[in-house]
Amino acid sequence: MNLLGKLSWEAVPFHEPIVMVTSGVVATAITAVLIWVLVKGYFPYIWKEWLSSVDHKKIGVMYIMLAMVMLLRGFSDAILMRSQQALAMNAPGYLPPDHYNQIFTAHGTMMIFFVAMPFVIGLMNFVVPLQLGTRDVAFPTLNSVGFWLTATGALLVNISLFVGEFARTGWLPYPPLSELQYSPGVGVDYYLWALQISGVGTLLSGVNLVTTVLKVRAPGMSYLRMPMFCWTTLASNLLIVAAFPILTATFAMLLLDRYLGFHFFTNDGGGNLMMFMNLIWAWGHPEVYILVLPAFGVFSEVFSTFSRKPLFGYRSMVIATMAICVLAFMVWLHHFFTMGAGGDVNAIFGIATMIIAVPTGVKIFNWLFTMYGGRVVFHTPVLWAIGFVVTFVIGGMTGVLLAVPPADFVLHNSLFLVAHFHNVIIGGVLFGAFAGYTYWFPKAFGFKLHEGIGKAAFWFWIVGFYVAFMPLYWLGLDGMTRRMQHYDVPEWRPWLLVAAFGAVLIAIGIGLQIWQVVYSIRHREELRDLTGDPWDGRSLEWATASPPPLFNFAVLPDVEGEETYWVVKRAARERASLSAEPKYVDIEMPRNSPVGFICAFFATILGFALIWHIWWLVIAAFLGAFATFVVFAWRDEHEEVIPAETVARLDRENRASRSAALARLAASS
Amino acid sequence: MSAVHAAAKGHAHGADLTEAGGHGHAESQRIVVAYGFWIFLISDIIMFAAFFATYAVLTDSTAGGPSGKDLFGIGNVALETAFLLTSSLTCGLAGIGAQARNQKLFYISMAITFVLGAAFLVLELREFAEMIEAGAGPSRSGFLSAFFALIGCHGFHVTAGLLWLLTMMAQVYAKGFRDDILRRMLCFSLFWHTLDIIWVALFSLVYLVGVAQ
Repeated sequence: MNLLGKLSWEAVPFHEPIVMVTSGVVATAITAVLIWVLVKGYFPYIWKEWLSSVDHKKIGVMYIMLAMVMLLRGFSDAILMRSQQALAMNAPGYLPPDHYNQIFTAHGTMMIFFVAMPFVIGLMNFVVPLQLGTRDVAFPTLNSVGFWLTATGALLVNISLFVGEFARTGWLPYPPLSELQYSPGVGVDYYLWALQISGVGTLLSGVNLVTTVLKVRAPGMSYLRMPMFCWTTLASNLLIVAAFPILTATFAMLLLDRYLGFHFFTNDGGGNLMMFMNLIWAWGHPEVYILVLPAFGVFSEVFSTFSRKPLFGYRSMVIATMAICVLAFMVWLHHFFTMGAGGDVNAIFGIATMIIAVPTGVKIFNWLFTMYGGRVVFHTPVLWAIGFVVTFVIGGMTGVLLAVPPADFVLHNSLFLVAHFHNVIIGGVLFGAFAGYTYWFPKAFGFKLHEGIGKAAFWFWIVGFYVAFMPLYWLGLDGMTRRMQHYDVPEWRPWLLVAAFGAVLIAIGIGLQIWQVVYSIRHREELRDLTGDPWDGRSLEWATASPPPLFNFAVLPDVEGEETYWVVKRAARERASLSAEPKYVDIEMPRNSPVGFICAFFATILGFALIWHIWWLVIAAFLGAFATFVVFAWRDEHEEVIPAETVARLDRENRASRSAALARLAASS
Repeated sequence: MSAVHAAAKGHAHGADLTEAGGHGHAESQRIVVAYGFWIFLISDIIMFAAFFATYAVLTDSTAGGPSGKDLFGIGNVALETAFLLTSSLTCGLAGIGAQARNQKLFYISMAITFVLGAAFLVLELREFAEMIEAGAGPSRSGFLSAFFALIGCHGFHVTAGLLWLLTMMAQVYAKGFRDDILRRMLCFSLFWHTLDIIWVALFSLVYLVGVAQ
């Protein structure tokens, strides 16, 4: 018996210079950051304020930081694919098929699970308790555990770059290719265990946010007084709770096939691989809405705030959101129209798919009517939002086209499909994430992001997007299938070169976004917002200071009617003074806990040991994780008290700057 | 699952935002914790639904091997059912004991619950071992894969439940009937009863239907 399971020096790809150089750069960068943190003595601060924090705001920020780092990883894969296809006309290009297959798999996996998911979950985590007028989510420590398990998954995927290999199956590991017979290496195992672990994290986060929205709201915050973002959060997290268990079960079955010789999806032994398609898309289609619904929520907030108007058709928006939530589970089969379900079944799912366009259309018109008659201020979040409306409508229309089964038979698995889903995911989810990031950044850090650089980044992104993906529609119609390592059709070449150029434009957009953060941090004093309400907002998150104190609100707001903060603010402006100072009392807040971080440490070891069949380490890591939970369960002090004086001091600072702002406003009018 | 819920604390009137004077109240921690745990249990039930659906699809995929009719002994399963259902009763008694802060009732009921749960597991594992020995292991056919995974997933939950049960007893021993411990006990009861509900479905849809085929 080998003490290290399947692990040996052969797992390190010394013969692949691209991988070795990348790994070297990544390893050096991580080491440099760690050394810098230790030398500068920042570690205690980082540990206390971030790694062991159970504050929903910090956890939200960490989710988004994870998403941004992984966006760079996923995007570098995109650049590799675009450049490979630009070169590989009648030629092998520079990426061997073996490596190229891992790259498109890693690109899809990372972009969905470790960019889009953490980005929207991060926004929901940060914003929802503030909008609901509460001190934290329902289960703060669980929240931390959920984040760190997600980070574990991301880490395992990145380890696969250096130790071993990643799956070559595409972002959804369809059997029989993903079965042991055809994928004997550890690539699929990396994929499966990384996503099982991060899937548990996502599920915990879903349970947490559903409970938060349904049970932890400020006094008087009834369902129909919640901001739209809270509604889309509820819908999205209900979908997480209902869909992620299916993913867990499906991956568990594939793991049983691979590890213990079961026959769920195998060719032989009575396995049924079509069951995998059904199960994975019963999760996969709701997943699309898990991602895009929070983005819809962001746009609702952005359009309303910057049009200086309440959201048009609030109740129809709520109904549309919940309708999408239900319909999301009724269309999964359109992902495999070509796989022989028969005309009747295809027709039903095709029609169901088209029906989803109805509530989505309701939303689009509500956003347009929100702007209509408003005084729209064209800040960066609005640009992302308008860019979204245009782009998403195009993506939606190509989606309805693909929902027609006969058309799908022609376009299935072609670059037309690739163009379609990038059209909706980039135009919908990513633009929404960027809009939300720009919109709430001053709330999180107390200063705005630089407008000019942000606008430049937006224009490079949107132009780059169209240049990169519109050619793919044409290539799909012209018969080019997805995931091609090389090809010999000269007519395709020009379009692939255009697409590669589009990717370069997007790269400039990303570069500008990095510069925007760096520039804004360096010039934060000029961009500082002292009032906590830089955009003249309408919902409760703008009622507190920026960054909000640990306890969010010095006294919990009493909500009467929609847009409470807007009503209160208007009253204050008419009076030209704030209302009387409240009576401050002690506030109990949950204590920080490293349990999430430690669990993730053991989960990483557990995942790694399972991937490499190091069984003794599996047992050790499991015991470690269990022991962590027991130690945590033995804790006696769950909360710490923030004395009334501290609360009063922090709140008075914010009240003073708000009073000053009111005085300025009165003087200018 | 540990929950810290601070929203209900430190609420006062008269602030800038509270001048609207609306009425309402935040839920107690007990409600929030139990509610959240219910949401988790729903997700767990959906996971079982996926395994159930898989089993339904693969029931006839015996690959020339034995079917449910050839394999299932209803006597053994009836005994398992009796153990598990009774354990739900004793678990309920333990919950009453905890609420009433009655140590004797709590410990005795929990101990009986553990013994019954463990007996259930022993019977299940014995059934598994016999089947594997007879060449009807999970790698024999798609049907047996689905069977072992579905029943095994339940058995895995029971095992986790037993681990939790022991931890729970140790916690009460060390900490007494504190509010947070009582909340955990409530969650444990919900968990254990849910396993019972799932077993009823397993017993009916897998074993009874399997034997009747």
